[in-house]
Amino acid sequence: MDILIRPTTQWWKFDWKEFWQFRDLFYFFGERDIKVRYKQTAIGALWAVFQPFVTMVVFTIFFGNLAKISSDGIPYPIFVYVGLLFWTLFSAGLSDVSNTFIGNQNIITKVYFPRIILTFTSLTTSIIDFFVACIVLIGMMIWYHFIPSTIALIFIPFLFVITFLTTVGIGLFFSSFNVKYRDVRFILPFFIQLLLFLTPVIYPVSLVSPEWRWVLGFNPMSGVIDTARVVLLGVGHVDWLLLSISMFVSVVYCLIGYGYFKGTERYFADVI
Amino acid sequence: MSAIIEVNNLGKKYLIGEKERYLALRDKLAHPIKALKNTRSSEVFWALSDISFSVEKGEVLGIIGKNGSGKSTLLKILSKITPPTTGEVCLRGRVGSLLEVGTGFHPELTGRENIYLSGSILGMRKKEIDKKFEEIVNFSGVEAFLDTPIKRYSSGMSVRLGFAVAAHLEPEILLVDEVLAVGDAEFQKKCLGKMGEITKQGARTIIFISHNMAAINQLCDRVLLLENGHIKKNDTPESVVSEYLRDLTHQGGIWERTSSKTVAEDHFVKSVILQNSKKINTRVFFANESIRIQCCIVSKKQENIFLAVGIRDVLSNQIIHLNSKNQKEKLQTKAGKNMFQVEFENILSAGEYYVTVWIGDASFVTQDYVRDCISFSVDLSNLDTSYHFGSVIVPATWSMVHLD
Repeated sequence: MDILIRPTTQWWKFDWKEFWQFRDLFYFFGERDIKVRYKQTAIGALWAVFQPFVTMVVFTIFFGNLAKISSDGIPYPIFVYVGLLFWTLFSAGLSDVSNTFIGNQNIITKVYFPRIILTFTSLTTSIIDFFVACIVLIGMMIWYHFIPSTIALIFIPFLFVITFLTTVGIGLFFSSFNVKYRDVRFILPFFIQLLLFLTPVIYPVSLVSPEWRWVLGFNPMSGVIDTARVVLLGVGHVDWLLLSISMFVSVVYCLIGYGYFKGTERYFADVI
Repeated sequence: MSAIIEVNNLGKKYLIGEKERYLALRDKLAHPIKALKNTRSSEVFWALSDISFSVEKGEVLGIIGKNGSGKSTLLKILSKITPPTTGEVCLRGRVGSLLEVGTGFHPELTGRENIYLSGSILGMRKKEIDKKFEEIVNFSGVEAFLDTPIKRYSSGMSVRLGFAVAAHLEPEILLVDEVLAVGDAEFQKKCLGKMGEITKQGARTIIFISHNMAAINQLCDRVLLLENGHIKKNDTPESVVSEYLRDLTHQGGIWERTSSKTVAEDHFVKSVILQNSKKINTRVFFANESIRIQCCIVSKKQENIFLAVGIRDVLSNQIIHLNSKNQKEKLQTKAGKNMFQVEFENILSAGEYYVTVWIGDASFVTQDYVRDCISFSVDLSNLDTSYHFGSVIVPATWSMVHLD
């Protein structure tokens, strides 16, 4: 098992063997992030439910009842909750990933391991929060008498994967950028907030005229949230064009993010 | 048999501009032309150049050199933390690097959780840690606090736990950076013992950076002396260590304030000089010598002042604190330059130390404070005894009475 250290490496090369060798780190980093997150909190994991639930209530009051934003005939609370569920998975994941290298700089400057592991493990908490928040969704579906079609069970994991790719792609880019330029800390929360209004979370995709809907696909979360509403709440039809653009764009984002990460990864310890 | 570590023409270049922390995107955006120019004209600094050496299987290689000579950079390249600019390294075996004690420890997690976390960051598999868990716990001596978050540990306890995890790594190549200089006396002894045990087994190849010449002499088969990023000498421990110490002695122990800052206070430290018993300026002290620290103080007026001199070790632990107030000495300045001197017996154990000087006025208010202005090392190779652990060596007499 020879290790060769040279000035340059091929950026596209992914060292699977090394990745596999460090696989236990996934578990321990993930465990650390989860345990640390709810240490010394009074209600612990209930926070995962609290946040989307309260946001749902506030949005329902302001956007649903006061502003009377259309929700395609679905009760506004469950309409906005489905959107928030995937939106929170994306936005919380993105901010965690973006800070992961900075947050672990004391380890990065002292020991070598495949840095990309940190990208994945930093998603652990937002993924677990997502599943906890799903329990509330099930409760709401029972309350509002929505029965998900079997098709939903096939679609949801698929939508989850698109969200994952988008988060990892944009996240890898920002987290690598963050190592050198700390401006990310200020840009990102602002960017995420703006993006919330550019994503059909509080309004339906039907608000956009049909011939321009495909543009929304550049933000893959549009396709994800629109499709999730269709398959979970059973109204309207799956917009295949929007969904496939979303999927394609998420893969492109992932490649761009990975490329940028690979190009800068080796110098993290020098510039962090 | 071919060498287990081979290093060829290794070099590492830094752009001085690059070292500036917290780059803001704004600067690059606001001055794109200036930014381009800057990167071109920024100063090039070779932290390492032309480094070639090889290490045989089972060999223990020591690396010594002054601060900034490139020791740590070399270790960082070998452990893949940072890439080289030129040359290549071939490592034929699994590498474990210990650049810090307690790598990855998280204060909120318990001792048990941290053993697993740190162990896996250092490259151990979960199964391996499971197998060695009990041994690690016994070695660290923190059994009773395994389920307590380590933020409640004393610093000594977490250091012990960190070393215990590291000591049970079993890579074929181990890279170690000055971790022996930690912990209390008893634990240091244990660490040295463990290192000795590992080196004697001969199965493991070790590269070991230290300022502790006694440890280098004791543990290494061969030593590299680095100076300004080059290998100055690559030979047996005895000859390399003596050359290093000779260099240090010739360097003279003088620190001078270079910044021409206009000090508003009435008194400030102009220079600090280290001398041995023979009144020779030096930065190396041996056993049974005395250490004399002279401070040149520039004053604006005549006043009774207080002077304090602190000696810290590499981990910033205060080892010695001498304060003229404690000694009830009256030190009086006159306008202009004044020379004050403090002398004490060298009771320090081997290692690197830093001198800090403080001046207080008649009412004990701080006038000037220069932290870690000059370093010196203590070499005890002139002693014929070798069991020196802990920070200081106190003259003591032993006696016994037979009861019964």
